[in-house]
This record gives sequence, C-alpha cells and structure tokens, in this order.
Amino acid sequence: MITAEHITKVFHDIKAVDDISFEVKEGETMVLLGTSGCGKTTTLKMLNRLIDASSGYISIHGKNIFEQQPEILRRTIGYVSQSNGLFPHYSVEENVSVVPKLLKWDQAKSRKRAQELLDQLKLPLEEYGHKYPDELSGGQQQRVAIARALISNPPVLLMDEPFGALDPITRAGVRKEFLELPELKQKTIVLVTHDVQEAFELGDHICLMDKGKIVQTGTAKELILKPANAFVSTFFDHQRLFLELSALTFQDIWNLANDTGMNVQENADRTFSDHMDAKTSLWAGMEMLSKSGNAQLNVRNNADGTSKTFTTATIQEAYKNLKQRI
Amino acid sequence: MEVQQSLWEFMAQQSDKLWSQTLAHIGLTCISLLIAVVIGLPLGIWIAQRNKAAWLVLGIAGVLQTIPSIALLGFMIPLLGIGALPAITALFLYALLPIIRNTYTGIRGVNPAVTESARGMGMSRWQVLFNVELPLAMPVILAGVRTATVINVGVATLAAYIAAGGLGEFIFGGIALNNSNMILAGAIPAALLAIFFDLLLSLVQKANVRKMRKVSVVMPVLLLLLSSFYIFPYADAKVLGGFTPEFMGREDGYLGLKSKYKLDMPTVVISDAVMYKAAYEKKIDVISGYSTDGRLKAYDLITLEDDKRIFPPYFASPLVRKEVLIKYPELENALNLLSGKINDSIMTDLNYRVDYLKQSPEKVAQDFILAQNLYKKPRNGNKGIIRLGSKIFAEQYILINMYKALIKGNTDLKVETKTGLGGTKICFDALTNNEIDMYPEYTGTGLLVILKPSKNDLAALSGSREKVFNYVRKGFDEQYNLQWLTPIGFNNAYALMMRKEQAQSLNIRTITDLKDYVSTDNHRH
Repeated sequence: MITAEHITKVFHDIKAVDDISFEVKEGETMVLLGTSGCGKTTTLKMLNRLIDASSGYISIHGKNIFEQQPEILRRTIGYVSQSNGLFPHYSVEENVSVVPKLLKWDQAKSRKRAQELLDQLKLPLEEYGHKYPDELSGGQQQRVAIARALISNPPVLLMDEPFGALDPITRAGVRKEFLELPELKQKTIVLVTHDVQEAFELGDHICLMDKGKIVQTGTAKELILKPANAFVSTFFDHQRLFLELSALTFQDIWNLANDTGMNVQENADRTFSDHMDAKTSLWAGMEMLSKSGNAQLNVRNNADGTSKTFTTATIQEAYKNLKQRI
Repeated sequence: MEVQQSLWEFMAQQSDKLWSQTLAHIGLTCISLLIAVVIGLPLGIWIAQRNKAAWLVLGIAGVLQTIPSIALLGFMIPLLGIGALPAITALFLYALLPIIRNTYTGIRGVNPAVTESARGMGMSRWQVLFNVELPLAMPVILAGVRTATVINVGVATLAAYIAAGGLGEFIFGGIALNNSNMILAGAIPAALLAIFFDLLLSLVQKANVRKMRKVSVVMPVLLLLLSSFYIFPYADAKVLGGFTPEFMGREDGYLGLKSKYKLDMPTVVISDAVMYKAAYEKKIDVISGYSTDGRLKAYDLITLEDDKRIFPPYFASPLVRKEVLIKYPELENALNLLSGKINDSIMTDLNYRVDYLKQSPEKVAQDFILAQNLYKKPRNGNKGIIRLGSKIFAEQYILINMYKALIKGNTDLKVETKTGLGGTKICFDALTNNEIDMYPEYTGTGLLVILKPSKNDLAALSGSREKVFNYVRKGFDEQYNLQWLTPIGFNNAYALMMRKEQAQSLNIRTITDLKDYVSTDNHRH
C-alpha cells in the first residue's frame, strides 16, 4: 500500500507538484494520467526518491520512505523507466539480473528466476538470454524491461510511460500481455501515461492531473460519466464514445436491458463456456460481435448467475438508456 | 663523390639508435597520455555534473591547447629544466583537452533513460558511473584518447630539443646536417607510429559497445606497459653530455669524439638555445658549444682543449676580393692591424657584452679599438669606397665595426657596411658577385662549406691550424680570386665545455682528461 500525503515538489520556484495526496491499495493499479508537464512523472519519481519531495509524507507498506537510504529503497521497488532504459551494453540476461546482483543473490537463484520470468514473457532465456537489446524488437525490449523490474518480486511496481516508445499496434499487444501476466495480479502498481485508452485499460483507479494538482481521482467509469469539472470532461471529449463504451461493462447495462424488454433471451440452462463475462466492457463485446460475424453475443453475469444474449442493437439501446439516466 | 647511402642502409646502420629512439618516443607519448587519462578522466567526469566548472575547466584546457608546442616546451624549461620532466609535462598538457572534453561529452551523451533506470533499480552513484556511464561513454572517450595520442606522437618529436630523446633526435639532426636520410629515419617511424596508434585506437573505438567493459580494463594495462618503454637512462650518470642534433651527427663532432678519443659517455640531444643554460643549471655536464660564444662567460663555463684535434679550426680572417687589394694596397695593412689582437677569451668577452649586456656592437668595437691603442681619428679621405659585409650574428657585427674604424683611421678610403647578410652562402655569393669587398670568414667554414675537399684531403689536413689556413688560402686564391688575410687570432670552433667549477674540481682540462675521468668513473661503479 502506498500513501502520499500533501506532497509538493518545487523546481526553481515553480511548483511541479502542488500539495497532492493519494492512496494506492495493495494489489491495485493506479494510473497517473495527464498531459506532458502536468507533474505526473515527477509524482511517480518521488515514490522511489529518484526525485526527493520538497515537502509531504510518503509511506510504502507503512514505512516512511524518507527514513530509508534511497538505493536500498529502490531495490525493493520495481521500476520501468520511460523508453525502457535497458543497458545497451548488457545482454538480456545481464539486464534482467541487475537487481539480483545488487541484492547479492547467488547466480543459480537469479538465473532460475530470470528463466521463469522470461518464459512468462515469451522470451525464453536459452534463446534470448545472450542477445543484446538492439537485437530485439521494441516490444521485446519492453518485455525485458518489465522482466527486469519484476525479477526480485517487488510488491510495488512503478512504471513511467512503459509503452510510450512503441507503435500503436505493438503497444496494444504488449499491454494485453502485461494485463494477463500472472506475476502482476498481486502487485501494487503506479503507472504514468498520457494515453487515455491505456489508462482506462490498465487502471483500477485513475488520477487525472493538471498543473501539478490532482483534478479527479476515481475509476474510469467515474471519470468519464461523472466528471468533477469542465477540465475533466473536455479531457476525454476527443474520443468520448469509445472511452464510454470501454469504461462501461455489460453488468452496468444488465438491468437496463431487462427494463426495456427488448429482444434479450434468457438461457439459464445452457453451459456457459462460450459466454462472455459480464465484467467485460461494452466495447470489447461489440468488437467480439463484429469480429466473429455472429449476430448475437451470450453474456453470463456471475453476480446473480443469470445470462443474457445481446446484439449490437440491444447494446446500443441499453447504452443510450444508461446515458439518459445519468 | 661518395655513392649516396640509401635510406634503408642508413636505418640498418643506425638500427640501435633507431630502436632506442622509437621506444623512447612511444614511452614519452604513453607516459604523458597515461597521466593525462589519470587526471583528465576524473576531471571530465566531475565537470559532467557541473556546468560552471565545465566551462572553466574546458576553457583552461582549450587555452593550453592553443599554445604552440615549441613555445610550451620553452615555458617548461625555466620551470622544470630540461629532460623528461618538462617534455612529459608539456605533452601531458596537450593531451589533456581532448581527453577531458571527450569524457565530458561522452558522459553527457549517455541516454538519460538508461542512467535513470540504473538509479531506479537501486544502483549507487558509483555503480551507475562504473557499470553504465563509463562503458557507454567509452567510444567517445576513446576518440579523445585517440586524438591525444596522435597529437602526442607528433609533438613528442620536439622533445629532442630539450634532451628528452625520441625520434626528433634524427629529425632535427637531419635538418641541421642537411641529411635527408637522417630526417626520414626519424620522420617515417614517427609517422608510422601515429598511423599505427590511430588505427589501433580506431579499431578499439569501433568495437561494439558491449565489449567496452573489457576495453576499459585492457586499455590502462596496455598504456602502462608501453609507458615502461621510456626509462630515462641517464638518471644517475656522473657526467652527462648534452649535444646539439647537428653535433651528434658530425664526424668533426660526436662521431669523432667516439672514434678518435674513444670517449664513451651517456649523452642527450638538446637544442643550442637551451644547452648553455642547462649546463649552468647542472642538468648536463658537457656541452658542444662554440668556443667564442658569449654564453660561455655568462654561465661560467670553460672549454676543454681538443688535444687530438678532431674539431677543425675555425680561425676568423678577413676574406677580401683580390682586385680591391691591388687597387688599394694600404687596405691590407689596415685590416691586418687587428691580427693577433683577439684571442678566444677576448672574443667571448666581446660577444658577452653584446649578447648579454646588450651593448651595441659599435660601442663594443670602439671601446676595444681605444683600449688597444689602435684608434686614429678618421681621415675622411675621398679615395674610394670599401664595402664591408657580415653574417647575421654579434661576433661579425663587432668585427665589422672594428674594421670600419681601422680603415677610416688608417687610409683615405670611405666605408660602407652591409651587415646581416644571413649565412655563409649569402656573404660568399655577395663577395664573388662584387656586391661587397670583404667579410670576416672562418677557415673551417671555408674548408667544409665552400671548398668541400675529399675525405683523404681532409684527413691530410688533420685539423692543423696552419695546414687548413694554407689549404683554404690556396683554394680560394685559385678558384675564386679571393684573398684570406692574416687570421685575427681567435678560433670560433666547436668545443666541449664544462662548468668551470666542476672541471677544476675534477682536474679536467682536455678532452683526453674527460675521457680518462669518464672511463675510470665507469669502473668504479
């Protein structure tokens, strides 16, 4: 768990971060979102003391970070820097083993762990271990950077625009792998991005920042549907429909679809292996419909054990209703 | 004519010297480079974090770089004397800028995302420096070392001027002796060294960034190894010779000392400009000077008697066109008035007054004429004009002014002076082309520069004052219709010189004494 209270950073009389407070619960992913210069990266770097806060209090798992030696602190926190930051003169294995070396692990242990992680990231050590960063694709480099940050199994992971240097397609792929990585399920993650889609996809909570302050904190749904002020709503304007459909799940429209009494069929007695989880976003559901070419999509709501069948039209209808209610 | 010796033959013949000079050259280059790296690298690293200091340090190193190399060596002499120390210091200062600047640029150029992630993973400042910044900056740093190396290989040739050895000994000796083989024997290895080091370092530099960790270990070791080539060999010699490059290569110089006297002493090569002072400061003990040089007196040196006569006599005499002597017979008597009046020590003293006390040659000449009771009031006659010429150094100016006074006081002739006619060749051509009527010349110069006799003829003369004088008088008379008058008396020849106090305490008066002292001295050790 990370707690930041009233932290401020002043650079040459300019407040890059101005008295912000937030909390990241254990196992949660918080995204710091904002335009460049809003203070999000500074905020992130204050968490592992790459930048020391001018004032305020930060604790990680209840320990005051200012009472720890910065180097020692950082060895317990995974860190992925902007544009991967791999050492060009180190092989993949050497890159991944930087932190174990600092922690003085024995070689066998460090190698075993590297193997395990790289396997998960589909970069088997035998094949990629001896390669150098410039022999890898951008996506592969990014995965090595993630492996490097995860190797010592730190409970906390800080990521500064981790996918920023990748082209949109690679980026979506790496992000998807990232989401599915079992290693990450338990981690407390703070991630900085300017990419709204990325924030929506990855963040349990999103801190939208502007001019050194947090404008609004909340889930993606809260931010898009209940903006705190005009800045927040205009921030999402340019891709509003997409973002709304991404933020909303079938669960959100479950009852609305019933209420309208539309052509939604109940199939209580079927097996649900082909059913989509109702926690899936509407966008993902519509993508599935369009990709598969089927007219109908079966969705199972695990909360009450019911399942329903949706079409593009019913989804649209329910979405419209939901919007009217807000 | 002797068959021209080929460069290859020369190099083979001098291979011992060539080797030792090359090794000394590599050593000089590498020691100074090593020191420059040891100091420049940390300085470059330090200023990479400090903008203001960077500006200052790079500025100072840049100014040092703009000082011409010969001047930098010159500045070193009053501070550090001669020999290895000032040479290495000067070379070090030259190598400093490229190394500091490239270290600075290299470290500044490391991708900040890489250093930041290094810090983010928990590396300490030193770990970041040694594991990340230095290896990544290494290609740029190596480019700086490469530049510095090539500069130093070139500048190190100048070290020969201040007795620090290296290939400059051949180069400057060859220039002084007009011996192209000797020049090339020094210049070609120096150029090859520069090319070799450049190539070597370019390969290292282009080596993949991944191998830089190995490079940063191997390089210092290699540099240290090469530095050890330069062991200043004369550190504890009891008597050390310091000779000009020209003297080192001449039969009537160092070669003669070795063959005729069997004098075998440790020597260094040094330029004429600093030689006397270096002897005075006890950096060297025996030098090859000119016997009437004013600095002999200024630095309290004495000349050793050339008891086996290897240095041909350089007695000064008026060299006059015969037609003038026939036309104005009284001229010969007037010019001969000076004959026998000036010995070596008097001439040295006169030179000393002009060169060191900065008195004008006119005044020195006038004083001397008065003191010798040779002065007569100018007759202001109108009989004709005698044109006097001189070479371009103090001794000649003094002599010309004496002759001017003597001619004016003892004949009805007028005098016109054309001083500063450069070297022997210019004076001699002016005389044969009837542009001047006389100038003071030295028998040795007349013999070796103008007449150039065969080896056998030279051997027959055996350095005898009379034989040489008669030979040149006859030769000039027959070939050029020029007349050598009676020698003035002093002999401005090569001479070995020592500090008076040392020579007296060791009871050395002649070169044979020196040889005896050196050889017994060697046995004692």
